[in-house]
Amino acid sequence: MSEFLQQTINGLAWGSIYALIALGYTMVYGVLRLINFAHGDIYMIGAMVGYYVGRLLIQGFHGAGVLILVGVLAVSMLTCALLGFIIERTAYKPLRNAPRINALITAIGISLFLEYAGQFVFGADPKFFPSLIEDGVLLNLNGVIINKIQFIIFLISIALMIGLRFIVMKTRLGKAMRAVSFSHTASQLVGIPLDQIISFTFMMGSALAGAAGVLVGLSNPKVEPLMGIMPGLKAFVAAVLGGIGNIPGALVGGLLMGLSETYVVGYLSSTYRDALAFVLLIFILLIKPAGLFGKSVSEKV
Amino acid sequence: MILINPYILQIINLIGINAIMAVSLNLITGHTGQFSLGHAGFMALGAYASAAFTVYLHEPIHQLFPSLAPVYWDSFFFMTSLAFGGLVAAFAGVLVGVPTLRLRGDYLAIATLGLGEIIRVVVLNLDFVGGARGFTDIPEYSNFFWIYGLLIVVVICMARMVYSLKGKAFLAVREDEVAAQSVGIHTTQYKIIAFVVGSFWAGVGGGLFAHLNTYLHTNSFGFLKSVEFVVMVVLGGMGSITGALSAAALLTILPELLRIASEWRMIFYALLLIVMMIVWPQGLFGKRELKWRFKKLK
Amino acid sequence: MRVVVLGTGILLLTNACAKSENNILIGEYGSLTGGTATFGQSTHKGVELATEEVNASGGLLGKKVKVITEDDQSKPEEAKTAVLKLIKQNRVIAVLGEVASSRSLAAAPECQKSKIPMISPASTNPKVTEVGDYIFRACFVDSFQGEGMAKFAREALQLNRVAILKDIKNDYSVGLADFFEKTFRKLGGTVVEIQSYSEGDIEFRAQLTSIKSKHPDGIFIPGYYTEVGLIARQAHELGLHVPFLGGDGWDSPKTLEIGGPAVSGSYFSTHYAADDPDFRVQGFIQKFKSKYGSMPDAMAVLGYDAAQILFDSIRRAGSEDPTKIRDAIATTKDLSGVSGLISIDKNRNAQKRLVILKIENGVFKFYSAVKP
Repeated sequence: MSEFLQQTINGLAWGSIYALIALGYTMVYGVLRLINFAHGDIYMIGAMVGYYVGRLLIQGFHGAGVLILVGVLAVSMLTCALLGFIIERTAYKPLRNAPRINALITAIGISLFLEYAGQFVFGADPKFFPSLIEDGVLLNLNGVIINKIQFIIFLISIALMIGLRFIVMKTRLGKAMRAVSFSHTASQLVGIPLDQIISFTFMMGSALAGAAGVLVGLSNPKVEPLMGIMPGLKAFVAAVLGGIGNIPGALVGGLLMGLSETYVVGYLSSTYRDALAFVLLIFILLIKPAGLFGKSVSEKV
Repeated sequence: MILINPYILQIINLIGINAIMAVSLNLITGHTGQFSLGHAGFMALGAYASAAFTVYLHEPIHQLFPSLAPVYWDSFFFMTSLAFGGLVAAFAGVLVGVPTLRLRGDYLAIATLGLGEIIRVVVLNLDFVGGARGFTDIPEYSNFFWIYGLLIVVVICMARMVYSLKGKAFLAVREDEVAAQSVGIHTTQYKIIAFVVGSFWAGVGGGLFAHLNTYLHTNSFGFLKSVEFVVMVVLGGMGSITGALSAAALLTILPELLRIASEWRMIFYALLLIVMMIVWPQGLFGKRELKWRFKKLK
Repeated sequence: MRVVVLGTGILLLTNACAKSENNILIGEYGSLTGGTATFGQSTHKGVELATEEVNASGGLLGKKVKVITEDDQSKPEEAKTAVLKLIKQNRVIAVLGEVASSRSLAAAPECQKSKIPMISPASTNPKVTEVGDYIFRACFVDSFQGEGMAKFAREALQLNRVAILKDIKNDYSVGLADFFEKTFRKLGGTVVEIQSYSEGDIEFRAQLTSIKSKHPDGIFIPGYYTEVGLIARQAHELGLHVPFLGGDGWDSPKTLEIGGPAVSGSYFSTHYAADDPDFRVQGFIQKFKSKYGSMPDAMAVLGYDAAQILFDSIRRAGSEDPTKIRDAIATTKDLSGVSGLISIDKNRNAQKRLVILKIENGVFKFYSAVKP
C-alpha cells in the first residue's frame, strides 16, 4: 500500500510540471488554434535562464532562499514572455491566414532552432541546476515520503491555474481572450485589439512554461538544451486529454498524465513509458476528441 | 558505376531513397492534405521487415526451393523482400488510416508523430531485429539501378493515380472535405488509399535503405527524420511530384555541402524552414509539374 | 537546381584538391551535435590533445599529423556517410571512432571493406570488432566490465540482493546489465528487480519506488553520467540509502556535480583513476585542464588513448600503408596509455585493467583494480 501511495505522490508531483506546460499550450491553442510546437523549448529556455540567473544570484547574495527563488522565477517568466512575444510577432502573425500546415511547420522550425541554437549557445552538456531553496522531507508517513519541493511545485501549479482562471473568467482582459478564441472576426468587429490580445495570451502561456522550467530545475536538477522535446509533447497530450482550450482541463490532464506514466512505469514496464503518452493520445482522440472537459464542436457545413 | 567516387555514389543513392520517401509522403500530405508526421515510422517498418525477411528467410527459401536459378537470387529475392517490407508498412498504413479519419490537421499530425514513436519503442524491444544494438549484417543488395528503377516506378504510379479523373478526388479531399463529401466522393476511401499506397512505398524505401547501409538502428527513424520528409514535400510544393523530387535532392545534398559548418547546419536548416514558410510557402514548384504528358494544374 | 549542381561540383572539387598534402591524414567521426553531443565532443578533445602532442614532438614519419573530423549528428546512418567521406574523399589512412556502439556498427563495415583500420575509443558492444580484422577498440568489452562489477559486488561488498536500473535505449547499458546479472546470479546472489529508463529521462521516482519495495542492498546503474547523478539523488530523496554501483559511463565530473552527496559511497568501474600518482595520468590531466579548462571524463581519456594506439602503430609500421598499420595495431603490446598498459588481443579488443573507483567526499578515489 505504501508503494502505491508513494507512486501516487510521485505521479502528482511530476504531473504538476506537465500541467504547467499544458496550461500554456491550451491557452495558445484557444486563441490561435495553433499547436505551438516550440512551447516545450520555451520551457527549456526558462530552465536555462533559471540556471544562469540562479547561479548569479546565489553568488551575489551568498546564499539561497525563497527570495532568490522568487527572483529567478520572475526573471525566467519575463524572459520567456518576451521570447514568446518575439516568436509570435515574427513567425506566427504573418501566417495567421495561411493554411494550418504552414504554421505548424514554422512552429517545428522554431522548435528546432531553439534546440540547436541552445546546444550551440549553452553547450550540449547537461548542467546542474543550482539549489535555490533547501529541499528536505516534508512528511514521512510510514515510509511514504513527500518532499518540500514536490509539494511546492504542486501548490504553485494549482495557484497559477486558479490565477489564470480568474483572469480569464473574471477580468475584461479574460473576456477579450475568450472572445478572440471564439471568433477572430467577431471580436475585431466589437473593437477588441486582436493582435494585442493574441500577443498577450502568448506571453502568458510562455511565462507559464518558463515557470515550469524553473520548477523542474528545482525538483529534477539537470537541464540541457534538448530537455523540452518530450515534456512538450507529453504536455500537449495532457492538454488534449483535459480538453484543449480548457484551463482546469489542462491541470487535470497534466496530473492524469503524470499519474498514468508513474503507474505504468512502476507497475508494468518502464520500457513503454514514452509510448504511453501517445497511446493515450490516440485513445482519447478516438473516443472523446474534445477531452474530459471540452465541448464537442460539430463542424458546420 | 565503379568509376564514381563511392562517397558521391552514396549521396546519389541516398537522394534516390529520399526521393521515394518524399514522393510517397507527397501523396498523403501534398495531394490528399493529410498531415503525417510519422512517415519515418512507416519507413522503419519497411526497413526492419525487409531486412528480417532477407536475413531470416534466406535459408528457409533456399531449403524449400533448392532448384531456384541464380537469376532468382539476384533479382527476385530482393524484390520479394522489398515487397514484404512495403506490405508490412502498408498494413500499418491501414491501421493508421482507419482510426484517424476523423482527426483534423493538427491532431492528425500529433497522432502520426505518436505512431512513429510507438513503432520505434516496439522495435527497440524486439531482440531478433537487434533491439538497442541495432540490426547488423544486412546484405548489401541495394544499388543505383534498384533505387532509381523503383523511383521511376513510384513516380509513374503516383502520377497515374493522381492525375487521372478519379485521382482528382484526392485533391478534393485536400481542398475541402465537406464539399467533397457533398458531391458524393467517398473521402474515407480516398484517405485510406492515400495512406496505404503512401506507406507501401515508404516501406519499400525503408527496405532499400536497410540494404544500402547494411545496418539499422531505431535512432535513424525518429521524429526528426519525419520532419525532414515533410520539409521536402513542403519545400517542393505540396502536391507537386517534381517538387518533391527536387526538394529531396536539394535537401540531401545541402547537409553534405554544409559539412564545413556542421555546428551551424541544423540551425541553418531550422531557419530555412521558418523563413521559407513565411516568405515562400508555395515552395519550389507550387502546384505545378514539369510537363511530360501530365496535364498542368492551375 | 542548376546552381545547386554547380555548387556541389565546385565544393567537391575543392575538397578533392585538398588531397595533395604533406600530412598524415587521420579521420575521426563522432557525435559533435545531436542527442549525445557531449560524448563526441569529449572524445574529440582527447584526440585533439594527442594530435597536438605528437605534432609538437616532430610528428610521425617526418610529417605532421592532421585529423579530419566529421560530425555524425548522433545518427547511425550519418556515421556511415561520414566515414565514406573520410575514406573516399579525404583519403585518410586510418579512422578513429565512435563512442556509441550503434554508430560504430554502422560505419565499421565500410572501413573493413576499404581496408582502412578503425579504432573505436569507447564502443563496448562485442559485435563491433567482430565486423572484421580491420576494426579495433581501445576499451574493454561489456562482458569484462559487467562480470568484473558483479564479482566486486558479491565478493568485495558482500551484497546479496541487488536491483538493476538500466538504460533501455542504450546497448551499452543493456549489455552491461545482462553480463552483471548473469555473473551475479552465478555467484549466488539474487537480482531482486530489473527496471529501465530511457536516456534523456529526468524522472526516475516511479522505478525507484518500485525497487525500494523489494528491499535491495545495492543498486547497479550501468548508465551514462547524464542520468546517473539524478537517479542517485532521487533514490536518496525516496529513502533508498544503499550503495550504488556503475560502469565507466559514470566517469565524468558531472556525476559528482549533479549527484552531489547522493553518490557518496558509490562504486563504479572505469579505465583510469584521476588520483593515480602515475605521471602519465597526472600529466594528461594537467595538459587537459590547461588546454580546455576542465577535468577530462572517460571519453576524453579513451579518445586520447585511441589516438595514442594509432600513432604508436604508425610509428612501428614505419609506413602510411593502411594494411601495415593494421598489422601494427594488432600487435600492440603494453603500450602505456592514460588508462594503463594497453595490449590488443586476438579479438582486436584492448586488454586493460578494470579500475574500480569509490566516490568519497565529492571526489573519485581509487579503490581497487581487476587485471584482465
